[in-house]
Amino acid sequence: MNASDNRMLPDAIDFRLALCYDVRPNDFRRAGEASTDLKMRLQGLHLAPDIVRRAAIAMYEGEINMVIHAEGGVITVTVTDGEIRMVFEDKGPGIPDIDKAMQAGYSTASEMVRNMGFGAGMGLPNMKQYSDDIQIESKEGIGTTVTMRIFLPEEGTPS
Amino acid sequence: MTIRDVQKALDARMLCGEDHLDKEVHSACGSDMMSDVLAFVKDQAVLLTGLCNPQVIRTAMMMDIICVVFVRSKHATLDMIELADEAGIVLLETGHRMFSSCGILYKAGLDSGLDYERLG
Repeated sequence: MNASDNRMLPDAIDFRLALCYDVRPNDFRRAGEASTDLKMRLQGLHLAPDIVRRAAIAMYEGEINMVIHAEGGVITVTVTDGEIRMVFEDKGPGIPDIDKAMQAGYSTASEMVRNMGFGAGMGLPNMKQYSDDIQIESKEGIGTTVTMRIFLPEEGTPS
Repeated sequence: MTIRDVQKALDARMLCGEDHLDKEVHSACGSDMMSDVLAFVKDQAVLLTGLCNPQVIRTAMMMDIICVVFVRSKHATLDMIELADEAGIVLLETGHRMFSSCGILYKAGLDSGLDYERLG
C-alpha cells in the first residue's frame, strides 16, 4: 500500500466489537437474550467488571423498552478503544414528551407489563444513570432512536 | 454467610446451583419490580422476590446476582431453572413471605449493600 492508498482510509475505525440485534415485539420469554449475549461478549474483551455491568443493565433496560413499547426494533452495538456505543432504533409510536419519560416513576406501561416486574418508570432513568451520554430522538408515529455511550478508560488507568 | 446458610435460615428448597452453595454473600435486595432492582447497583449478591418469570433470572444475570430466592412458595418454571443453572445462579424457594424472609436474612447478617448517601 502506498501513501495515496493510505489517504483513502483516514476514517477507518478499529472496532473491537460490532453487533446487531433484532428485537422481537411482545416476546417476554426471549426479552433479555440480546443483553445476555452482549454481556458475555463484553466480558470476552476483558473490560472492567463494573463497566460490563453498567453496559449490560443499560442494554437490558433498552431491550425491555423495545419489547414493551416499540413493537420491536434493532439494536446496534459497537465497541472501540474509547467507548461502548449502543443505538436502539424502532418504528414504534414514539415518545410524546421525552422530559416526562425521563422522570423516575413515570410510566405508560400496561398492567400486564407491570405484572411482569417492569413499568416502574425506571427504564429511561436507569439508562441515563448507567451511561455517560444518552441522546433520544423521537417522532410520534414514526419511531424513536436512543443512543447511549459508555466511555472506556484508557488502558492502564483505573476505571 | 454462605448461600447454604441462606438456604438453612429460610428453610428453603434448592432448585439448581448446588455447586455454588458455599459461595459467600454479604448483601441482598428484595423487590417484585425488576427496574427497582436494576436501579441500585452495589454488589447485591442475593435477590428475594415474589415475582416468578424468566425476567427475574435475566435481571439477576445482568446484576451479577448469584442467588435468587422466590418467597411465598412461588414455583419457578423449568425454563427459568435451566437459564439460572446455565448462568451459575442458585435458585431457592421458601414458604416465608417477603417481609419475614428479608428480616431473617438481615438478622443473620446480610445488609442492603447500598451506599446510603447516594439514596438521600
